[in-house]
Amino acid sequence: MDILLQQIINGLVQGSVYALVALGYTMVYGILGLINFAHGEVVMVGAMVALSITQVLAGYALPPMVVLLISLLVASMVCMALGYGIERIAYRPLRNAPRLAPLITAIGVSIVLQNLAMIIWGRAYHAFPPLLPDSPHIIAGAIINEVQIAIILVAVVMMTGLLLLIHRTRLGRAMRAVAENPAIAALMGVNINAVISITFMLGSALAAVAGIMVAANYGIVHYYMGSILGLKAFTAAVLGGIGNLRGAMLGGVLLGLIESLGAGYIGDLSGGFFGSNYQDVFAFFVLIAVLVLRPSGLLGERVAERA
Amino acid sequence: MSYKNLSLPLLILALAACDKSEAPTAPANSGTVANELIVKIGASSPLTGPQAHIGKDNENGTRMAIEDANAKGITIGSKKVHFELLSEDDQADGKTATIVAQKLVDAKVNGIIGHLNSGTSIPASRIYNDNGIPQISPSATAIKFTAQGFKTAFRVMTNDAQQGKVLGEFAAKNLSAKKIAVVDDRSSYGQGIADEFVKSAQASGAQIVAREYTNDKAVDFTAVLTSIKGKRPDLVFFGGMDPQGAPMVKQLKALGLSAKFMMGDGGYTPKLIENAGAAAEGVYASLPGVPLDKMPGGKDFSQRYEAQFKQPIQLYAPFCYDAVNVMIAAMQRADSAEPAKYLPALAETSYDGVTGKIAFDEKGDLKGGAVTMYQIQQGKWQPLQTIGGSTPAAAH
Repeated sequence: MDILLQQIINGLVQGSVYALVALGYTMVYGILGLINFAHGEVVMVGAMVALSITQVLAGYALPPMVVLLISLLVASMVCMALGYGIERIAYRPLRNAPRLAPLITAIGVSIVLQNLAMIIWGRAYHAFPPLLPDSPHIIAGAIINEVQIAIILVAVVMMTGLLLLIHRTRLGRAMRAVAENPAIAALMGVNINAVISITFMLGSALAAVAGIMVAANYGIVHYYMGSILGLKAFTAAVLGGIGNLRGAMLGGVLLGLIESLGAGYIGDLSGGFFGSNYQDVFAFFVLIAVLVLRPSGLLGERVAERA
Repeated sequence: MSYKNLSLPLLILALAACDKSEAPTAPANSGTVANELIVKIGASSPLTGPQAHIGKDNENGTRMAIEDANAKGITIGSKKVHFELLSEDDQADGKTATIVAQKLVDAKVNGIIGHLNSGTSIPASRIYNDNGIPQISPSATAIKFTAQGFKTAFRVMTNDAQQGKVLGEFAAKNLSAKKIAVVDDRSSYGQGIADEFVKSAQASGAQIVAREYTNDKAVDFTAVLTSIKGKRPDLVFFGGMDPQGAPMVKQLKALGLSAKFMMGDGGYTPKLIENAGAAAEGVYASLPGVPLDKMPGGKDFSQRYEAQFKQPIQLYAPFCYDAVNVMIAAMQRADSAEPAKYLPALAETSYDGVTGKIAFDEKGDLKGGAVTMYQIQQGKWQPLQTIGGSTPAAAH
């Protein structure tokens, strides 16, 4: 029983990260119909920038919480600038091009970012300093530490905030309008370019937060960390119904749970025929199953909710 | 070509150069300058991707040996030799490795130092064999590498069977582990060493309670470790490299497993300690050969390495250094850098390198290689015990 609970906690933590990153994919898709494959690299840049900030601040003997907040702030700003830049340079000139073109530039941007990060931060794995106490709490035999609690809480707060922003503010209404029909929105006086830029910046800020969460949880950062995470989050977004915010959240958490329970139990259930080496396969199996059985995703039919 | 000294404005330029930098540069001095013989040594390791730091370390070790040889001024066939390094990135990927191998063959290299991984050395070895080019891997340990019947494949490191045997016995006997969980990263190396470990541990009376898997890009092992936790093992063995080892041992401790943690040579790096932090304390790992400071030229080598590359040796650099020297020595004995001519001399190698005495058996495996067990104590790798092998007399 404690093992099951532990697997659920593992899944929730992992799923929260997937969900935050998936939001970035889904927001951009909702508005532009574009899959921003560079999003995973933005997560990586967020983590790397945070690492540099903590290294710079290491000499000042600040309390860890302050260091965390400063690095969070700087990383978010760098990622927002990056998100803006990516959109401005790589996607905006192609807005009316065939859909394949921006998809290919997205992959190109992702490769460029990865290599730039390799040049700037080097090829090595870097240890991310422990900023939060990672003292374990034991709940019914399962262990959860403060970093993991923080991850789940931050994810919930960010997602709630985003939903409120989209549904309760003027900006949110503009975003929904652009998602529904950019041409009509423009006629109604919505500045489409500004809305799209803001969408990219919001998504990138979420990515920065996710990057720091991953870095803090695993204590390790690397220029390569964004690619698999990006693919998983993309899968989560598709699972929930790409373009749908609640879908991305649900998809992220579900994917985290599927992976963790799958990897934890399939070996025992299949008598050793399948093993935990199928952990990553689950994610992509889910992707294929969703595309075949329910292409619009779990919550995909509620198009009006797109943002 | 190193990226390190490039300042930010040059980044884009560097990026554009990325592709070209590894290609054989064929300007001025590669032609036959009066009475100079150009000998091209091909090297390949992952220079990008998760294992890039270890790959770069291999390249550094190889480069040092080549620069030393050039400084020494070696003559072969009464011609002064200039050695050239062609280093290629195989991304630790088998498919890429075959492309790289073909590229090196086309560049007419005289010999190959590489690859780093078993999963790249094995597919590439066929191409080198077909073209008759001698290949010395500094670090591929999978049994299959030298078991394919290729005359051109050699290694200067003990194989998985030798190492896995030592690891399994050490776990079951010295650490008296009764219940052992085994995880591997499904690479040729990880799978190979884990399988040999299992065989040896079982033969020594231990019980394997879990056999789990991950991959060489993963960072999250909580699901697998939680499942292992339910089986209450005394020891967890991981067949894989340090990028996975470090987060794995951290998560193992975070999940409250009290089991000991052990890896093969893929875990014996300073990075493991740096990245796993306090959780690294007490981790066991093995490395073929004797400890670096007990190697005949070990201390001197590591000082020179640090002076030149401004970082400690990661893992296999001394083995790469020896591999190059073994190859050059064979060329000298054969008085030719022609692959077909010096290959027989290479097979009859008997060389005292920094890692110890190097001689090959009929398959191309290192004869009587030693394996040393290490443990992280107070944040440092400490040698526990060297098993097997002929320790050279100079060791102290």
